[in-house]
Amino acid sequence: MSFDIDVRRTLGETEIACRVEPGAGVTVLFGPSGAGKSSVLNMVAGLLRPDSGHIRVGGHTLFDAAAGVDRKPEARRAGYVFQEPRLFPHLRARANLLYGWRKGAAVDVDGVIDLLGIAHLLDRWPRTLSGGEAKRVAIGRALLTDPAFLLLDEPLASLDRARREEILALLERLRDGIGLPILLVTHDRAEAERLGDRIVAFGE
Amino acid sequence: MLSAEEWGIVLLSLKVGGVAVLAVLPLAFALAWLLARGRFPGKLLLDALVHLPLVVPPVVTGWMLLLAFAPAGPIGGLLERWFGVTVLFRWSGAAIAAGVMALPLMVRAIRLSLEAVDQRLEQAARSLGAGPVRTFATVTLPLALPGVLAGLVLGFARALGEFGATISFVSNVPGETETLPLAIYSALQVPGGEGQVLRLAAVSIATAFVALLGSELVARRTGRGTHVL
Repeated sequence: MSFDIDVRRTLGETEIACRVEPGAGVTVLFGPSGAGKSSVLNMVAGLLRPDSGHIRVGGHTLFDAAAGVDRKPEARRAGYVFQEPRLFPHLRARANLLYGWRKGAAVDVDGVIDLLGIAHLLDRWPRTLSGGEAKRVAIGRALLTDPAFLLLDEPLASLDRARREEILALLERLRDGIGLPILLVTHDRAEAERLGDRIVAFGE
Repeated sequence: MLSAEEWGIVLLSLKVGGVAVLAVLPLAFALAWLLARGRFPGKLLLDALVHLPLVVPPVVTGWMLLLAFAPAGPIGGLLERWFGVTVLFRWSGAAIAAGVMALPLMVRAIRLSLEAVDQRLEQAARSLGAGPVRTFATVTLPLALPGVLAGLVLGFARALGEFGATISFVSNVPGETETLPLAIYSALQVPGGEGQVLRLAAVSIATAFVALLGSELVARRTGRGTHVL
């Protein structure tokens, strides 16, 4: 179960090219802001179409320009945690959490609520949540869709030090516990080295 | 208070305005969607076409409707042949005139609200396993709802106030096409009609006010600090 990615895409002036060789565990895309790291995640999630190349995860082909394969985002089973939490503002935290819930998920609802420590947040509206609280709900929301892999975009950005440590510990538990392939984007070297089994330097 | 005849005028106006905006709403939403999200050649032309009733003299719009819906006209001919009905001098014709005049305002309001929907939330829904239909029903539509309400209210107010297109399309027939503005105009022509003018004008203002407040309250109930006003 791992990522096998080789994509190219031109966005305006920027040429985005990314290559990830298959390998287990956490793959970190590391590089400066604005280099197109998030675009790579969007391509893996099916939200941005590469000009050429292929994307395979765990042996499943999600995109292959040569073979004409381009699976719809809802069919890719990506657990995508965006840089901004992107909680639905018209739904309470609970409804956000359960939006994409699949009954057969490897993790159960109560387990996720415990793991993330969000039981007391469930009846709140997203606009009343702090950055860290919203991020934890967003992570839970992604996990409950029974994803085949996780895409994490700057999971520690815009969090204070205490929250960072908390989410970092959580990500390590996810990595070691559930064993999902994780593709993580960061511009922080310490974060990349702590979490990553492999680091792909990007945009240099 | 209002006489039986005046109540008739008020009820007819509400019927004409209500039917007009409800019948036009699906079309207005579809057009708003095309203009907000669509990419196609001729979009600018469609945009201009939709807004035409807003800038063309209403009397001209009414005259064009008359040409189209007359028994010899392209639409009127079909109605006559297939259903044996005509909308001329009927309340249904008044509703058509009101609907056409309300359309641009409704499209504008709905389009603005659709453009304000954060498409990154729709992307999030897709990545969570929701197909396009579920994404639309559970994310796009609820977030655009205040705009749809605003469009309904604006359109309804416009429909209630419709005068020029109505009078040139379906004339001023008491009990069929004589809505509030037409009745007020008629009363103004009659010596001693000032009392009726005052009462009907007050009803017009009150109706518009209640519609505005009502939609604002509904928008607040749906929550999240959204507003119609």
